Amino acid sequence: MKSQHLTGQNLNELKKLKTKDFIFLSSSVYVLRDMAHKKLLQEKVLPLNLKNKIIYYAGPSPKKKGQTSGALGPTTSSRMDKFCKKFIEKTGIIGIIGKGSRSKEANACMKGKVVYLAALGGLGALGGSRVKNSKIILYPELGPEAVYEVQFDKLPLIVAQDLKGNNIYGECK
Amino acid sequence: MRVIKNSFIADTVAELCKKAAYTLPQDIINSLLFAKQKEKGLAKKIIELTLKNAQIAGEGTFPLCQDTGTAVLFVEIGQKVQIEGSLEKALQDGIKKGFKENYLRKSIVSEPLFERKNTKTNTPAIIHYKIVEGSKLKITLMLKGGGAENKSQIKMFNPTSTKTEILDFVLQVIKTAGASACPPFIVGIGLGGNFEIAPLLAKKALLRNKPNKNLNYKKFEQEILTKINKTNIGPQGFGGKITALKVYIEYAPCHIASLPCAVNICCHSSRHAEALL
Repeated sequence: MKSQHLTGQNLNELKKLKTKDFIFLSSSVYVLRDMAHKKLLQEKVLPLNLKNKIIYYAGPSPKKKGQTSGALGPTTSSRMDKFCKKFIEKTGIIGIIGKGSRSKEANACMKGKVVYLAALGGLGALGGSRVKNSKIILYPELGPEAVYEVQFDKLPLIVAQDLKGNNIYGECK
Repeated sequence: MRVIKNSFIADTVAELCKKAAYTLPQDIINSLLFAKQKEKGLAKKIIELTLKNAQIAGEGTFPLCQDTGTAVLFVEIGQKVQIEGSLEKALQDGIKKGFKENYLRKSIVSEPLFERKNTKTNTPAIIHYKIVEGSKLKITLMLKGGGAENKSQIKMFNPTSTKTEILDFVLQVIKTAGASACPPFIVGIGLGGNFEIAPLLAKKALLRNKPNKNLNYKKFEQEILTKINKTNIGPQGFGGKITALKVYIEYAPCHIASLPCAVNICCHSSRHAEALL
């Protein structure tokens, strides 16, 4: 199987990817899930700049001493659907990593702006082993639901919805 | 009476946490190897990465999944066993210790609706006690992730409902779950009992690794598995022949008016371990 390698240097290539493409991602992403979405959207001024960045719906397990990360895999994207439109508008993100099909509304608001990438659900050990470094950057009080900045080295991903709005989950139904 | 110290029980439970979170059971690995032969292209690649994930976790640095789950304990206490100290405390302490020492994620909040404050220990565990004959203590731990649990369902059927109606319901649950519950699945089905027993049977079904002893149910399990694998949901929901690895049914007597049916979905990472003391 052919695969492409996307890095911090050629991140713009993200826009050219097509649904079902298998890629490896080596760049910095911002990891957050339910509660951090809720909190971020309540902020008057965004405490972090997410313009042209990729976010990842996840919450890692704790890292052991000397390790770069704990296990790290995707959580269910559809739980974040209700925040999706506002979040994209407010932050200017260009990529979302998660798992599973999303609502029509979420798919529509990603179209043309955001590429939706599927990470492999239940494969947190593999995901964690591809982390170069990770740190909590916001809301540490949320514990596993805090916002993390994570630098990946060859994280395997599948394009679930490309910029044109072709959706992998729609295809297989 | 046989006396078992509660500190010994806590240490045992902590060990079970480690074993369950880091080791994929051999029967699941065998099923994945079978799935690898059946699939091609992207689906095959995903099964290969799933096996690779189990290998990495087995080395002891990363748990199989970041969601190390709700701790569910099934405890069978022999009538001739006497516990020195509190059993409940020992079980909860064991979970606390196991989750702390093995770097497992603390995913439990103390209250569901208003504050949702993390307890930071992954306790309380959910404990099901059963008094049995004999002088042994059996502890089975299941670490159940939130994604697949969220997609589980129960339906109260009419007593005259057919096998086909049950099958259609199971298929609808599986299709609704789709990629969000991380296929390929292990599917636990509970039939009979009542409104609280059917889901418990479905959960217990997930612990089994042998075919059903009852031939009717064994055949039905096979039929459901075949139909699920024709949905083309496939590994991670990207299409393929293997959407479920196993289907297990547990059943119980029920009221003349009822036929409860619960479907508990588990991702491939069926994490459980048991100890017999």
